[in-house]
Amino acid sequence: MRRVPRTVVAAGVAALVTVSALAATAAGSSAKTETKPLRIGIVSFLTGPAAPPFGVPARNGAKVLIDALNRGKAPKPYNRIGIGGRKIQAIYLDENASPDQNVANYRRLVQDKKVDLVIGYISSEDCLAVGPVADQLRQFTVFFDCGTSQLFAKPLPYVYRTAGDQSTDAIAAARYVLALKGKVKSIAGINQNYAWGQDNWATFSAAMKKLDPGVQIKDALFPNIFAGQYSTEISKLLADRPDVIYSSFWGGDLDSLLQQGLPRGLAKSSTLVFNAADTALPELGKNFPAGVVVGARGPHGVLAPKSNRLNSWIVAAYRARYHAAPVYPVWHIAQAILGVKAAYEHAMAKYHTKTPTQAQWMASLKGSSFQTPSGTISMQLSGGHQAVEGNAYGISAGFDSKTGEVRLTKVKSYPAACVDAPNGTSVEAWIGDGFKGARCP
Amino acid sequence: MSTVTIILVDGLVTASSLFLLSVGLSVVFGVLRILNLAHGSLFALGAFAGAILSIDYLKWGRFPQGSFVVLALAAIAVGAVAGPLIERGLLRWIYGRDQVLQLLATYALFLILEGLQQALWGGKSYSPWIPYSLLGQMTLGGILYARYDLLLFGVAAGAGILLWLLLNRSRFGRLVVAATHDPEMSRAMGIDLSRVYMVMFAIGTALAALGGAFWAPTITVLPGFAVDTTVAAFAVVVIGGLGSIGGAALGAVIVGIAEALAVQWAPNLELFVIYVVMTLVLLVRPQGLFARAAVRRI
Repeated sequence: MRRVPRTVVAAGVAALVTVSALAATAAGSSAKTETKPLRIGIVSFLTGPAAPPFGVPARNGAKVLIDALNRGKAPKPYNRIGIGGRKIQAIYLDENASPDQNVANYRRLVQDKKVDLVIGYISSEDCLAVGPVADQLRQFTVFFDCGTSQLFAKPLPYVYRTAGDQSTDAIAAARYVLALKGKVKSIAGINQNYAWGQDNWATFSAAMKKLDPGVQIKDALFPNIFAGQYSTEISKLLADRPDVIYSSFWGGDLDSLLQQGLPRGLAKSSTLVFNAADTALPELGKNFPAGVVVGARGPHGVLAPKSNRLNSWIVAAYRARYHAAPVYPVWHIAQAILGVKAAYEHAMAKYHTKTPTQAQWMASLKGSSFQTPSGTISMQLSGGHQAVEGNAYGISAGFDSKTGEVRLTKVKSYPAACVDAPNGTSVEAWIGDGFKGARCP
Repeated sequence: MSTVTIILVDGLVTASSLFLLSVGLSVVFGVLRILNLAHGSLFALGAFAGAILSIDYLKWGRFPQGSFVVLALAAIAVGAVAGPLIERGLLRWIYGRDQVLQLLATYALFLILEGLQQALWGGKSYSPWIPYSLLGQMTLGGILYARYDLLLFGVAAGAGILLWLLLNRSRFGRLVVAATHDPEMSRAMGIDLSRVYMVMFAIGTALAALGGAFWAPTITVLPGFAVDTTVAAFAVVVIGGLGSIGGAALGAVIVGIAEALAVQWAPNLELFVIYVVMTLVLLVRPQGLFARAAVRRI
C-alpha cells in the first residue's frame, strides 16, 4: 500500500476542518437570526444602603419574571416565550456608585456588552445623569424606579419611564391626609437632601397649601442622605408638634428615623406619612408602629390591586422563590419588563417583522398602555415617554402574626387622573391652577 | 429656656458618638504619628459586630439588659482582633515614613475595609431596635428622650476618663509618654516600642468600635453608613486639636452643639455649619483649640 505523503494528509485535514467550521458558522448564523437572545442590561443597587430595600428586591423580581417569560410560563397576555419569541439574556449591574461612575458603567454596558436595551436606575441623580448619555449614544433606555420630576424637563427621545414620578406620591399623600383628618393646621417635612427628597417636599407642601390654604408649614428639614442619626431633627419635630410629618425617607434612613423617633413618641405627637414605607414593612414587622400613613410609590406591594391576576401571580412566584414578601420595586421592574415586551410584540405585528428595529420598538412603547401587576400602565406624559400611575395609601394597624405582615386599614386608591398632572402641564403649574381637570373619587 | 435645654441635650448626645470616634483617631495620631483615614471603618466594624451579636443575644429571650454588655464586648473584640492585625500587618511598615505615603496607605486600608463590609454584608441591613428602648424615656426641655441617649453619654464620658487615667496615672501610660517623647531613648531604655504602638492602636480601634457598637441600636447598620460621621469626626479633631483627649471632647461638644443650634434655629445651615466652625478654627488657631505647643501629645 502506498503511503500518502504527510503534507497531503495535513492539507486534507485542514481543508476538512475549514469546511466543517464554515458549515457550522453558516448553520449557527442562520439559527442565530431566530434564536439570538435579547440582551438587556438591568441596573439596580446590588450592594450598599439602597440594596436591601430596593435594589435586591428589584433584581429578584426581574429574575422571577424573566425566568417565567423565558419558559413561557408567565400568565396571559405574557405567555409567549421571552420577548417576541427571543429569550431574554439579562446582564445585572450594580448601581452602587456615584452618578459619574454610573454613566461610565452605562457606556460600558452599551458599547462593550452591546445590550439591546437598558432597564435601570433607582436613584434620581443617576437617572438625571444617565438620561442625556442614553440620548447621546442613541440607546433605548427604560428607567423603572427613580422618581424625580425633573427627568423630562428637556425631551429625551431614547428614554422612557414606566413608573409614575414622585409627584403622584406627594399629591396622593396630601389628598389622603386631608381625607383622613379633615382639617390640618400644620405640617412639617423631613426629607433627604437630594433631588428625590427636595422634589417630594416641594410637591407635598405645595399641594397641601393649595388644598388647605390655612395650613402652616412648621419645619422643612433636609438632613444628608444616609446620615443615620436624626436625634436633633426628631427633637425639633417633637418641640414643634406639627399635625402631620411628611417624609420620603427610604431604606436604612427610614428605619433609623423610626428606630429613634418611636421611643420618643414621634408617632404620638404627629401623624407620620411615609410615601415609601412599604419597603420597611417586612424589615420592621412587629416593630412597625400602628397609625402611620403608608405609601408604596403607587398601587404596589401591600397596596397593589388584589383582584389583579398578574399581581397574585407575581406575589406567589416571588414568595415561592425567595421566601419573602415582595416590596414595591418588584412591581416597578415588572412594569418596565412587561412594558417593553408588550411594545416589542406590538411592533412585530405592526411592522410585520420578527425582529423590530430599536426605532420600531421605542415607537411602540411611546404612548402605549399595557397590563401589569399594578394595573394598566399608560405612557401618557412627556410625549408618551412617561407613565401615569394611580396611587394608594393606607394606615398601619399592627402586626398580624398569622400572615406575618403588617396590616393596613383605611386603604384609599387614587386614579391617575386624580394625582397626575395632564400631559404638557408641569406639576407646579397644575397645582398652582388648583389641580384643574383632576378627576378624583 | 426649653429650646436651650433641647439644644444642650441634643448637642451632648451627638457629641457622645463623635467623641468615641475622634478620641481614638486623636490618640493614635498622638502616639503613632499616623493620621488613620480608615478609622471610620473601624467604627463601622464595631457597629456591625455590636448589631449582629446583640441581635443574636436578644434571640435568647432572657435578660435583655445583657445586650449592653454584648455591645461592649463586641467593641473590645474588634479592638483586640482588628487592632493588632492592622498595626502589625500595615502600620508598622510605615512608621516614620513620608506623611503622604502614610495617608495613601491608610486610604488604601479604608478602601479595603469598605470593600470587606460590602463583601460580608453587601445586601443586608441590621436593625437592633430593642436596646434603644430598654431603659425607657424621660422628659427634658418639654420633650421625650430615650434614656439610652444618656447611656451613650455615660459610655463616652466613662471611656474618656478611663483613657485619661490609663495614659496619665498608670505605668503603661508612662511608657507611652516616653515612647511619644523620645522613641530612640525609650528603645535604649528597654521599652518595647512595637508593643506599645500595637496596644495603643488596639485601644484606639476599640474606642472607635465602642462608638459604633453603642450607636448601632439607634440606627440601621449597613455598608457605607458611617461615612458622614467619619467626616464629622475629622472635623472634631481639627477643631479640638490632634493628639489630645480634651481636644477631642471639646471638639465633639462644639460640633454637637453647632449642629443642634442649626437644626433648631436655621435648618438650612445644618449640613455645613460644622465645617464653617472648622474653617474659623483653622484660621484663628490652626493647631486646634486644645493643642499646646508642648512636646507631649497624648
